Amino acid sequence: MIKIKKDLCDFCGTCVSVCPDDAIELFETRVIINNEICTDCLRCVKVCPFDVLEAGS
Amino acid sequence: MKDYYDVIVVGGGPTGSTAARLAAEGGVKVLLLEKDREIGIPVRCGEAVGEKGISKIVELKEEWIANHIKGLRLVAPDGTKVKVHHEDVGFVLDRKRFDYDLAMNAANAGAEVVTKAYAFGLLTENGTVTGVKVQYIGKQYDIRSKIVIGADGVESRVGRWAGLKTNLKLKDVETCAQMTATNINIDQNYCDFYFSSDIAPGGYLWVFPKNKNTANIGLGLAGDKAQNKSPLSYLKDFMKSNFPDASVLTTVAGGVPVAPYTENIVSNGLMLVGDAAHQSNPISGGGIVLGMLAAQIAGRIASEAVKENNVSEQRLSQYVKEWEKAGGSNHRRAYRLKESVAKLTDDDLNKTAAAIQKKPEDKHTVVNIFKAALINQPKLIPDIFKIFLG
Ligand SMILES: Cc1cc2nc3c(=O)[nH]c(=O)nc-3n(C[C@H](O)[C@H](O)[C@H](O)COP(=O)(O)OP(=O)(O)OC[C@H]3O[C@@H](n4cnc5c(N)ncnc54)[C@H](O)[C@@H]3O)c2cc1C
Repeated sequence: MIKIKKDLCDFCGTCVSVCPDDAIELFETRVIINNEICTDCLRCVKVCPFDVLEAGS
Repeated sequence: MKDYYDVIVVGGGPTGSTAARLAAEGGVKVLLLEKDREIGIPVRCGEAVGEKGISKIVELKEEWIANHIKGLRLVAPDGTKVKVHHEDVGFVLDRKRFDYDLAMNAANAGAEVVTKAYAFGLLTENGTVTGVKVQYIGKQYDIRSKIVIGADGVESRVGRWAGLKTNLKLKDVETCAQMTATNINIDQNYCDFYFSSDIAPGGYLWVFPKNKNTANIGLGLAGDKAQNKSPLSYLKDFMKSNFPDASVLTTVAGGVPVAPYTENIVSNGLMLVGDAAHQSNPISGGGIVLGMLAAQIAGRIASEAVKENNVSEQRLSQYVKEWEKAGGSNHRRAYRLKESVAKLTDDDLNKTAAAIQKKPEDKHTVVNIFKAALINQPKLIPDIFKIFLG
């Protein structure tokens, strides 16, 4: 499961652009990861410009 | 908002507004949806454009231009500054005004523009896209259309909903952080580009002046090189050592596609433009002019297809054909160059800068610089000439 540090997020959508599963929803100032489709590939974690995302357990 | 439009454009950036305007000028009913509360903000962009490119697409207004640029300088890892001899000077735009006015132009041409309108899915019938699911101020609507144009930027999902695989590989996205900083000591006449694995691995750092003591200072890292240290941390380090007394007016994150050319940008009832179609330049990451160029083609063809009542993938692929001619073949070459440039070490870059500095200033052309950098890859020389000399 990916953890979102919401306070750090700038809502830029870079995570969405690399998500192979279309598991990330971004609407103005709201970002949601759908854990039912997320396969924990961690691409979003690697690419986030502001270190908002974290691999969780 | 009504329940039917001929063309629905998703995304109110420069490419969405341009596509919407062209379609409306073609005489069809157009809806432009933007998820954010205001067109033009936030500005996730260095705002630099070449004069030749942009002036072919829109009649420029002085209010859109923050600063006129007279030249470019490249800074090597060892600090050597190479002044580029360049014909096409450019501007640093005020994208807040620019994007806002482009949307207004679309509206004045007859398109209906709606903000706070988030597209969260597509309507489809028998393999054809027939509309958009929209969330607008707490309510959900199904709005039907003949054609949907996805201009939803780097975070595009519109294409994926129609089965086009538009997600980017890590190495094909630049992950960026940018600050607009003032009270800094810069030369307003030059856009500076810093190349160094310490400053921005797999990308570059830019200083694009907005006025005599204010600039957009940002950097992009290749997406596969950002794992250990984020773009924001790299940028903070650069600011600390180069502009310790700066006041920072904005801080933003962003991503830019630096991806291979793709023809997978249409399907039945659907077209993609701009960053959504990975049309930004894979070497520079510049996407305003190229995306607007493609959007002009897409908007015109959308209106024609609606009037002919034929929105099949085959009909819409006329857009792909025209885009291939206008920008596609150059995109392929630029991607090949990007792949080779990405392999250059700091040492290669220092040697390139030293070799160029030995030549007289009028020989410091972009072509000569790339030739010197890729001296071991003579196969790329025709690409270099074609990209930069046309
Ligand atoms: C840090 C940075 C610096 C850059 N510097 C430059 C530069 O100096 N020069 C240059 O030419 N290019 C630059 N670029 C690239 C340039 O910003 C883009 O190529 C350009 O903005 C693409 O325009 P667009 O209309 O395709 O997308 P965008 O401008 O991203 O617009 C897309 C719009 O769609 C909206 N949207 C997304 N999803 C939905 C949805 N589901 N429903 C409704 N609306 C939606 C978004 O809110 C957004 O407003 C830079 C990019 C970054 C990140």
